[in-house]
Amino acid sequence: MLLKLLLRNAFRHKLRNTLTVCGMCIAILAFGMLRTVISAWYAGVAASSTSRLITRNAISLVFPLPISYRDKIRAVEGVKTVSYGSWFGGIYIEEKNFFANFAVEPKTYLELYPEFIIPVEQQETFLRDRKACAVGAKLAKRFGWEIGDNITLKGTIYPGNWEFVLRAIYAGRDQTTDQSQFFFHWDYLNESLKKSAPSRADKVGFYIIGLTNPDLAARTAVAVDRMFKNSFAETLTETEKAFQMGFVSMSEAIITAIKLVSLVIIVIIMAVVANTMVMSVRERMGEYAVFKTLGFGPWYLTAMILGESLVITCLGGAIGILLTFPLARAFGQAVGDWFPVFNVARETIVMDAAAALSVGIIAAVFPAWRAIRVRIAEGLRRIG
Amino acid sequence: MVDAAEVIVEIRELSKSYRRGGQSVPVLENISLTIHEGEFLALMGPSGSGKSTLLNLIAGLDQADSGSVIVGGVDITTLSETELADWRAGHVGFIFQFYNLIPVLTAFENVELPLILTSLSKKERRRHVETALQLVKLADRMDHYPRQLSGGQQQRVAIARAVVTDPTILVADEPTGDLDRGSAEEVLKLMERLSENLGKTIIMVTHDPRAARRAQSMKYLDKGVLANAPEATLAECF
Repeated sequence: MLLKLLLRNAFRHKLRNTLTVCGMCIAILAFGMLRTVISAWYAGVAASSTSRLITRNAISLVFPLPISYRDKIRAVEGVKTVSYGSWFGGIYIEEKNFFANFAVEPKTYLELYPEFIIPVEQQETFLRDRKACAVGAKLAKRFGWEIGDNITLKGTIYPGNWEFVLRAIYAGRDQTTDQSQFFFHWDYLNESLKKSAPSRADKVGFYIIGLTNPDLAARTAVAVDRMFKNSFAETLTETEKAFQMGFVSMSEAIITAIKLVSLVIIVIIMAVVANTMVMSVRERMGEYAVFKTLGFGPWYLTAMILGESLVITCLGGAIGILLTFPLARAFGQAVGDWFPVFNVARETIVMDAAAALSVGIIAAVFPAWRAIRVRIAEGLRRIG
Repeated sequence: MVDAAEVIVEIRELSKSYRRGGQSVPVLENISLTIHEGEFLALMGPSGSGKSTLLNLIAGLDQADSGSVIVGGVDITTLSETELADWRAGHVGFIFQFYNLIPVLTAFENVELPLILTSLSKKERRRHVETALQLVKLADRMDHYPRQLSGGQQQRVAIARAVVTDPTILVADEPTGDLDRGSAEEVLKLMERLSENLGKTIIMVTHDPRAARRAQSMKYLDKGVLANAPEATLAECF
């Protein structure tokens, strides 16, 4: 009977409650989208491995490190694999076609990134061909690239037109894997630099260190940095997560603003639902007095009002959550250049659901309190 | 017949006042009254005489300032809010002027409502509700919502809801006040039947002499005290 009552009450004032459900749906949709944008910002951090360290120049990422450090790093206790690379910063046709592109040591790089899934024969040809490049499936789809295609990048850091042959397209092991990267042989870059700009040759932008045991991360990082202390290129070694966080923290103010806006949306919809519930309860004060007259206690009235509020917010919330997926997909396609990974995280859904429940509960508190406190005789007078 | 019956409601020196604008306004003063089991009592009096307040105190809807109300051996003025709610659920059937049915529930569900608080099974509840609706001759309308029923029919559903728990007393506040003459007549006949055939104790507040005429006894309230009814009222009633 209680369920019947609260369901029927929830749609008694169809227009008002439908509008409130719509408002709730839009609020949850907006909240979910903003949280997804925040998740996308942290995607690189989330996808970081605990068994990888990044070593870069202690002054700044823009300063290189000598290639000679590779063998020294490899000798440090706890280091299993060492790869290296440089940010290439090439442009495909025009600047708006931005995507991340790196020159890397391909064999060790692929060893360190098992989340990049490449068919065996493609991997073999990619490793064999010095002019080969590998791209993520999302990037290949974006530009319609196929295996064997010639791709030319215009260098910004390393001037000139750089020719590549697409030899491998990788897929992501899971949804958090960035599938919009472009990488090629560091040797190809280095050999060209030896001819065109010898002073820039034999230098790398970063080292990627694979650990034998993630628990050794702190000790290994200290050991690597200590080794190059007081050298002409001191290093800063940190976990991949900390390295990625460094990029995210540059946008901290924007992220904080987005977080605040998402909370404000929830507070606004809470006020809207509370207003709806206050109006509904005020209109039905006489009915609540009848319930009290018949012997129904405060818990029953609370359950009726709370249940009705939850029906409205959960229905709006559920529709909002369902709509978040197609909207996030469309949004992700539209902003793929800036957010390589744009997926609705499970945490976002949990937060959506928690927000819908909280709004439902908080919005019902005051109306329920009023209904409980109304004197029967006074409530009955409101009928007629 | 009434005098020989057991006393079901005993009111002793009952007083009640309301606070209005910081001042205490007495509504009932030292009311003492007994009502016997099976009695159909009409409470009459001019507006503001305290009839509805007295009815509310007898039904446990309001708290007295002093005095006692003993119903079926229980002094309800000593009960807490929660105890009063439980007591009302088991001992009092209510009939209101404006029917006070829940609009989102069908006639069946409205009558079933007081039974939700009992330990009856769903099957038993259904049997009780059907019996009550048959009693008010609305068994064929049990799936109708209040808005689909006439005023008289709604009041009959309200009566079915009042009697479905087989309460100790039935209290009715202007039960015909919102009805046309024909419907009012039907409702009054029904209440008369409940009293005569089923031995229900009914306390009815009314302004309507025709309604009071159906009762077995009448008490007249004036300015918060029991008084002798004016000749004109008596003449209309009897």
